[in-house]
Amino acid sequence: MALASLLKSESADFSLRCERPFAFGAGWDQTELGFGTSAGDGLNFAVKAPLCAEDEDGPERKIEFLHGTTTLAFKFQHGVIVAVDSRATAGSYIASQTVKKVIEINPYLLGTMAGGAADCSFWERLLARQCRIYELRNKERISVAAASKLLANMVYQYKGMGLSMGTMVCGWDKRGPGLYYVDSEGNRICGDQFAVGSGSMYAYGVLDSGLRPDLSVEEACELGRRAIYQATYRDAYSGGTVNLYRVHSEGWEKVSQEDVLGLHLQYSSQTA
Amino acid sequence: MSYDRAITVFSPDGHLFQVEYAQEAVKKGSTSVGARGKNVVVLGVEKKSVAKLQDDRTVRKICALDDNVFMAFAGLTADARIVINRARVECQSHRLTVEDPVTVEYITRYISNIKQRYTQSNGRRPFGISSLIVGFDFDGTPRLYQTDPSGTYHAWKANAIGRSAKTVREFLEKNYKEEDMESDTETVKLVIRSLLEVVQSGSKNIELAIMKYNEPLKILNQKEIENYVLDIEKEKEEAEKKKKKT
Repeated sequence: MALASLLKSESADFSLRCERPFAFGAGWDQTELGFGTSAGDGLNFAVKAPLCAEDEDGPERKIEFLHGTTTLAFKFQHGVIVAVDSRATAGSYIASQTVKKVIEINPYLLGTMAGGAADCSFWERLLARQCRIYELRNKERISVAAASKLLANMVYQYKGMGLSMGTMVCGWDKRGPGLYYVDSEGNRICGDQFAVGSGSMYAYGVLDSGLRPDLSVEEACELGRRAIYQATYRDAYSGGTVNLYRVHSEGWEKVSQEDVLGLHLQYSSQTA
Repeated sequence: MSYDRAITVFSPDGHLFQVEYAQEAVKKGSTSVGARGKNVVVLGVEKKSVAKLQDDRTVRKICALDDNVFMAFAGLTADARIVINRARVECQSHRLTVEDPVTVEYITRYISNIKQRYTQSNGRRPFGISSLIVGFDFDGTPRLYQTDPSGTYHAWKANAIGRSAKTVREFLEKNYKEEDMESDTETVKLVIRSLLEVVQSGSKNIELAIMKYNEPLKILNQKEIENYVLDIEKEKEEAEKKKKKT
């Protein structure tokens, strides 16, 4: 099955995959059997996507899309917490400190943005359209699994063409809280917690040490906030404000938006 | 000028004659009956008598589309084969893209869309089949839908298609009782009784399939059908005796 072979490839195998997993209606690659896959197809959370010039469009591939950001999401007993920073960088220039990296797909689905901003927001808007059509046709909300599958299949057709997107699809459906990581390499993984971007390692440190099964809503929000703050503290490419969302059974709600400097003063006064 | 040659031509009074002729072809097919109980769905078909040398196991009119949906049809068997193939592929595609089994309504809608497409393209004729699609949704609700060559579909509590469908439907309308549907055996008996009305030579020519939620489709063998028929005859006798007494 297509998904199984995708998962297999991202575990340990970094060699060139000769056989292509089945892609729906992917007409463009029929003349390029086996090409178009970049070596090092591993799970790319941090920094550079190793885009080696195996393709014809050599010079374009060398543009490195730095996933300069920190986004995280984790499931807990009362839903899903989504926390993101808000800095956009172009090289070492801070382009903006007020970017909205959580995309509101529909009232019960959220997507996060890491990688190319245009790619993320465009494809997630397209996903919102597909989700709405599904709702109208089938008279029920789309499940998080199906929504993330739609997104993954959409971008998979452009694999190798330079799309850069690492997003987490978060929501609540009849199976409970749902969290999927989808990226432009074609990965789609279900999980209980993810952190994506250049600051993800710092965020994981805080997240993993603070995650407990019995977190209350307040504690979970604070954990997400602290994880992003710590990442912005150490990662140059993350900063700005921490945007925090929570997804529960009725949909999502924006919990808080706090400037990182304010958080810094708050935390340092706590420890002092 | 006759308006019945091309499928894509309306007649002056608004008919698509090819579609109506397709419905006539359906009326020539062998009868199929479906009923939806509270916890069970039942499909019964009239088995056409087979030639002496024919292996009758190869003639199966009740087909599984997926673990939770199956269908019976009336009309051109060859057309049905194509529709069933497409539906089976779609059931698996749905599982792949949505990670859930199809709902009965979804696959019915898909089949009806195919049928409608064939009523609106040139060079093709409509499918000459009506189908009864039965099954359970993800949450355990039993469903019964009927499609016809024009591409419309409706949900039913009990319905019949094919030869003498009208008679059978009237029988079902008279004898369908909501309380009876709570019991699985009563639902089965309703289907058998309605088929016995129109099938010559009784239980030998009936094929019956039962499905319960989360259980695989069960096709009854000859003995089991015989038992139900005996029960039904007993009940009929008792009802007549009661009538004679009063």
